Amino acid sequence: MIRKTVSGVEDAMVDVQDGMTFMLGGFGLCGIPENMIAQLVRIGVKNLTCISNNAGVDDFGLGLLLKKHQIKKMISSYVGENEEFERQMLSGELDVELTPQGTLAEKCRAAQAGFPAFYTPAGYGTEVAIGKETREFNGKMYVLEDAFRADFAFVKAWKGDEAGNLIFKGTARNFNSCMCGAAKITVAEVEELVPAGELDPNQIHVPGIFVQRIFQGKNYEKRIEQRTVRKRN
Amino acid sequence: MTMLDKNGIAKRIAQEVKDGYYVNLGIGIPTLVANFVRDDIEIEFQSENGVLGMGPFPFEGEEDADIINAGKQTITTLPGASFFDSATSFGMIRGQHVDLTILGAMEVAQNGDIANWKIPGKMVKGMGGAMDLVASAENIIVAMLHTNRAGDSKLLKECTLPLTGVGCVKKIVTNLAVLEVTPRGFKLLERAPGVSVADIVNATEGALLFDGDVPEMKL
Repeated sequence: MIRKTVSGVEDAMVDVQDGMTFMLGGFGLCGIPENMIAQLVRIGVKNLTCISNNAGVDDFGLGLLLKKHQIKKMISSYVGENEEFERQMLSGELDVELTPQGTLAEKCRAAQAGFPAFYTPAGYGTEVAIGKETREFNGKMYVLEDAFRADFAFVKAWKGDEAGNLIFKGTARNFNSCMCGAAKITVAEVEELVPAGELDPNQIHVPGIFVQRIFQGKNYEKRIEQRTVRKRN
Repeated sequence: MTMLDKNGIAKRIAQEVKDGYYVNLGIGIPTLVANFVRDDIEIEFQSENGVLGMGPFPFEGEEDADIINAGKQTITTLPGASFFDSATSFGMIRGQHVDLTILGAMEVAQNGDIANWKIPGKMVKGMGGAMDLVASAENIIVAMLHTNRAGDSKLLKECTLPLTGVGCVKKIVTNLAVLEVTPRGFKLLERAPGVSVADIVNATEGALLFDGDVPEMKL
């Protein structure tokens, strides 16, 4: 067994520096690496490029980094829930690269799997395809998209073991598992860290080879963005 | 002239959902379609953030922050449901395993182009999964109002807003009509109850084709 455990968030992020490119898992606020986002705010690293499907809300998730002007560029598919984000984008303080959601996911998976680029039909004929190579396959047009290149991937899982194996819960898997192994270093925070051997190898979602560091997260808020319920009869 | 409300549009679209379909519903009117699907057919709803077999909203007190739909709303799952990652989810969409995509639009052109993600200078929230959905789905139905708030047609010769996808829309259901995109323009298939062909002609900027008596929708 190759041990991936580190003592905590400080240890896990000791070599994070200004100007780096990060991948951050999550969809909306579901499955975001809460402990590591909080640590980025504490360290105060700046001029960051962040690859994340969304940009959090004003007072949680990546919104916390935006408020402190730590992010130089965001690569996302949807950024609609954050006023500070919109203000910084319209004033030109923040560079934003909007990417179709499936393309964003595949740019992670391609990086994880060693593909430099791939063809997708998404965005063909739209402003997303401007300046990109296009090609016809079987009568349909496709756009060439590059894999991401990032310094760190910060992901959050439900359970993990000392070997870095991960299991996710519900829709909190989203971009988290695609980002594992897609950056130079992948760090996972988990709600429950267990000794090697406790997780059933049949049930592992992400094998530990894709994860370099793992630690037990603390004080998860797990905020709900849109609480929708129905009444009992 | 009477016209359908949003629930009426959803009710008509629900008739297009067939037994055995995997269906992706967009935000807005499309979400309402789930309320009107016949209960004697077997279908599953996909949400692109990573769930198949989506069920209704949870009972109060049973919300789970880890189980949401693409609109970030808390949901439940039905027997047979599964969870997966975003790349797999869009593999289902890009690989045409999802049978039907229903989504909203700001504009549709007579050649099937669609614009629904950006109003330059006003709304720049991002395309989310819309570009992947429209570029890949074989069967796309657009649910929208026939005209905008100013009364201008949303069914155009050419889109004026930045495109989401080119030549991809096949069918449109509005508060006035059911239309099909053909090589020569929008073909009028059905009228909303109480709406005349002339009403639809007046509300449509793009080329509109019809022959004989256009039947009324059965709701």
